[in-house]
Amino acid sequence: MILERPKSLADVSTHFCPGCSHGIVHRLVSEVMDELQIEGRTVGICPVGCAVTSYNYFTCDMIEAAHGRAPAVATGVKRANPDKVVFTYQGDGDLAAIGTAETVHSATRGENITVIFINNTIYGMTGGQMAPTTLPGQVTQTTPYGRDPRYAGFPVRICEMVSTLSGCAYAERVAVDSPAHVKAAKKAIMKGFRNQLDGMGFSIIEILSTCPTNWGMTPSQAIERVRNEMIPYYPLGVYKDMTDKGGVFGDK
Amino acid sequence: MAEERVLMKGNEALAEAAIRAGCRCYFGYPITPQTEIAAYMSKRMPKIEGGVFLQAESEIAAINMVYGAAASGVRAMTSSSSPGVSLKSEGISYIAGCDLPCVIVNVQRGGPGLGGIQPSQSDYYMATKAGGHGDFHLLVFAPASVQDMADFAVWAFESADKYRMPAMILSDGLLGQMMEPVVFPEISSAQPEKPWAAVGHNNARPHNIINSLYLQPDELEASNIQRFERYEVVKREMASAQTYLTEDAEIIVTGYGATSRIIRSAVNAARKEGIKAGMLRPVTLWPFPEQAYKDTLSTAKVYLDVEMSMGQMVNDVKLAIECKRPVHFFGHTGGIIPTPAEVLAQIKALDEKIRKGDI
Repeated sequence: MILERPKSLADVSTHFCPGCSHGIVHRLVSEVMDELQIEGRTVGICPVGCAVTSYNYFTCDMIEAAHGRAPAVATGVKRANPDKVVFTYQGDGDLAAIGTAETVHSATRGENITVIFINNTIYGMTGGQMAPTTLPGQVTQTTPYGRDPRYAGFPVRICEMVSTLSGCAYAERVAVDSPAHVKAAKKAIMKGFRNQLDGMGFSIIEILSTCPTNWGMTPSQAIERVRNEMIPYYPLGVYKDMTDKGGVFGDK
Repeated sequence: MAEERVLMKGNEALAEAAIRAGCRCYFGYPITPQTEIAAYMSKRMPKIEGGVFLQAESEIAAINMVYGAAASGVRAMTSSSSPGVSLKSEGISYIAGCDLPCVIVNVQRGGPGLGGIQPSQSDYYMATKAGGHGDFHLLVFAPASVQDMADFAVWAFESADKYRMPAMILSDGLLGQMMEPVVFPEISSAQPEKPWAAVGHNNARPHNIINSLYLQPDELEASNIQRFERYEVVKREMASAQTYLTEDAEIIVTGYGATSRIIRSAVNAARKEGIKAGMLRPVTLWPFPEQAYKDTLSTAKVYLDVEMSMGQMVNDVKLAIECKRPVHFFGHTGGIIPTPAEVLAQIKALDEKIRKGDI
């Protein structure tokens, strides 16, 4: 068999819309759990947002957190059980708006967790409102004339921001708009989990993702938008890597 | 081993007892007048195997760290004071919705808003009626001494585990700050199994999900009904009160926590003057000890509720006695502590009304 369902991905239909990137990323995270053989000792924390029911899709133990609080919940699990693998899976509203404090402080503490961050520049679950990552000019339900930074402020660039913090071991921004980028995304997610196994500190992988439904696009148009609009504003690449320096505390 | 009496602050006694009760994770944020709990935990936890102390970036983060630790099956606690507990209410609701055990300490100060830093009992509504959004209850324990602070920490952890509920110790700045001798309770090291915990399934069982989301209305309703059926058991098994000289009492003075100490002094003074006064102190505020109030109806002509609030408990007293007797209220707020003399004056005024046949 060339392609089979990862063991860490439940054999159920997801509720994700056609063309949404969540399915791809769920698969990548599950493949990484399989390849590292960590499913049995992993606890995943899902957010409020489109990934809220991911507890039904990942087959590791799962906790559903309050909006934005996943890194604090992950901190509780990880501090109580340092031998377990703990990851959060969060969207942009969750991680970069209501949960900014939890994101920043879990990073600066060097919490040894892995954060999977879906940036699709919009609130999906609530029907397409402005996100902290919504691009200037982007039309959403709450920016009907396009996001005007003079009025609604500028988008938040999380990898750039978090990479300035000493507790951040690894920050990389990837996309899943092409087979090559999907492969690179998996490599980054793999590294994010390996870092945790090696005790490196806080790892975050930001994944530029599509939301065709709320963007009012077809899936292929949405992929074009990731390429033509999002990647230029949110450049892909590694923003921080402390893995060859012994992690954030320099002792690994 | 001989029981050792030590002189400690209420906040520190509570922290030490919590550790002895198996608390292995403490997450908190500084706020007066409870900060001694965090300071004590920061000293002790690193010396204990598996002990975790973490100063969170916010009250919100602290309660969510408790949520995570509790979800993984560990005894976890946070503490704060009134404004900080308001911030925790979201997390408390999630914890209740997920049926997780944990302990939350509220060393109350005056409110609303930033209020003051002096003792108060104005979070009764928040603790017993509105701990967060949704249909749920907290177990609420009201200590009245430093010894209670220690004993109730153990009681709270054990009850929280037994009923899979968050438990709150509703203390106040007076109890938190004062020093009294305390003997730490003997604690059995056995803790219940937590097969529901999300701590990795080790490929040995289906995955556990800790969750309070039910998108189907009938599933959410069923979950709430099931929880409230459990609450009925809790009401039967947990409701607790302390009575003092109530056997023949015509005037029942009621109040919880630190206020009950003042009431006791006032009742003693009233008895010296031949007034048949007694004290009823609710020890658990949820469940409210309704039967203990009903038991006083045979002699009681009037009730006097004394609190450091504007009278948040009055309606619960009225409901407990089914409004069969008048319920008066006397209290101070803002950090002012009622004096025994003030309470005595209230008792004497009520006694005079009884003598005149006005009650």
